[in-house]
Amino acid sequence: MHNNIKMKAEGVDFFYGPRQALKNINLDICEKHVTAIIGPSGCGKSTFIRLLNRMNELIPNASLKGRILLDGEDIFEESVDAVEIRRRVGMVFQKPNPFPKSIFENVSYGLHVNGVKDNKLIERRVIASLEKAALWSDIKDRLHESALKLSGGQQQRLCIARCLAVEPEVILFDEPCASLDPISTGKIEELIMELKKYYTIVIVTHNMQQAARISDHTAFFLLGELIEMGETQGIFTAPRDKRTEDYITGRFG
Amino acid sequence: MKTKDITQKIGFAALFTCMLVTLFFLGAIIYFIAARGIKVISWEFLTQIPRGGMTQGGVAPAIAGTLYITLGAIAVSLPLGLACAIYLCEYSPKGIFVNIIRMSINNLAGVPSVVFGLFGLAVFVKLFGFGVSILSGSLTLGILALPVVISATQEALTAVPHSLREASLALGATKWETIKKIVLPTALPGILTGIILSVGRVAGETAPILFTAATFYTRRYPDSVFSEVMALPYHIYALMTEGTHPEEQTAIAYGCALILLVLVLAVSGAAIFIRQRQRTQNA
Repeated sequence: MHNNIKMKAEGVDFFYGPRQALKNINLDICEKHVTAIIGPSGCGKSTFIRLLNRMNELIPNASLKGRILLDGEDIFEESVDAVEIRRRVGMVFQKPNPFPKSIFENVSYGLHVNGVKDNKLIERRVIASLEKAALWSDIKDRLHESALKLSGGQQQRLCIARCLAVEPEVILFDEPCASLDPISTGKIEELIMELKKYYTIVIVTHNMQQAARISDHTAFFLLGELIEMGETQGIFTAPRDKRTEDYITGRFG
Repeated sequence: MKTKDITQKIGFAALFTCMLVTLFFLGAIIYFIAARGIKVISWEFLTQIPRGGMTQGGVAPAIAGTLYITLGAIAVSLPLGLACAIYLCEYSPKGIFVNIIRMSINNLAGVPSVVFGLFGLAVFVKLFGFGVSILSGSLTLGILALPVVISATQEALTAVPHSLREASLALGATKWETIKKIVLPTALPGILTGIILSVGRVAGETAPILFTAATFYTRRYPDSVFSEVMALPYHIYALMTEGTHPEEQTAIAYGCALILLVLVLAVSGAAIFIRQRQRTQNA
């Protein structure tokens, strides 16, 4: 691949206690592209994406071998601060999880914890983030109402806005549409295609059409192994591995 | 079909009756205390010191004493209990050790309050030399209230969805920022409930303050945390068991009981109000 490589997994093994969840994963994530990770449930795709911003550290007894690089630097290096990694590598989760606070406070939260004090700047960034997340026109008159009053799709876009506000370089989407209806899903997909102009995006999805529609590269995981990775079009039209073909044609999964 | 219907009706009737009986006792308590207590309640009763060997005047020092001791107990149990619950819930590694601590705390809640009283006498009054005082009483009652505060706080913290913590951490917040800004505010209604319960328990306790804080009669209002005080529950007890004018004293005791009841209800009401407002803001 001739593009700039933003993140890179090198020989990654990951264990939950004695159980191995990932086996020797080697994978490149290109800057300002959408990389989709597909595979059946339990194949390790969520486990993998959660390594990219060190969220798996919260699990007791988990252990990791190999390296994960962000701009060439190992993010698991002892001198590297997990908090700083998570600011640079944002995450949007499977179920919308807005804080039980106002819409404005949800978006400004990340700025506050990252030490932004200037209220004018905070307000500008909140509005810009909501605009980028295509939510601004929906909610501009009720910025100070509770975020929990929004619909599921709006909540998910709010979570994206919240993530954008801290100006990450990479955004991880962990099945962001799993709990949304088709219309909301369509909006999120459009949004992701728009966002890739500015951000590097990794998305885990169960939905193969979704991967085919929005991603530039696709990686297929099975039982903790990376079976195949390449340009999305290639993977979906001419998979090299029999197992990939079986999966994308719906023979199992 | 028919027998099923009848069984169902009998079931409902039985449940409804039990609810009525409970309601009846609750109503009866309030009615009897209020009906008897209201006769002696007056502005003078609330603001004057006792006179004429407890048969005249008011009970103001006892009201003040109960307020001081209760506030003191909350001041002791709230920070300690909150910190302890946060540590147990958020920081301590899960395992046998923490389970033992948790079990001990629950057992502490079952210890009879007179045992706390003796402990307070031995440790705070004698060993630390605080004497019979507001300080000793507050510390004793504070420890008594700890398990309630801790378990309510723990429950409230555990109820905060894991997804909120993850969302906060994923934005580059530290664990402490996440606890302070997301977990605690979300858990606040539940924590308040714990405090309400403990206030109710603490304000009405007699045994723990018997040896540590309360005195039967004083003409002075407390001037420091080392003063001994009159307190409503103990005053009721004293009125009913000592003295030489049982009739007048009994009337005053009911008056005190009514005040105690109203105080506890008022605190609960205020806390429920705050909790409800918090909830509607969040929902």
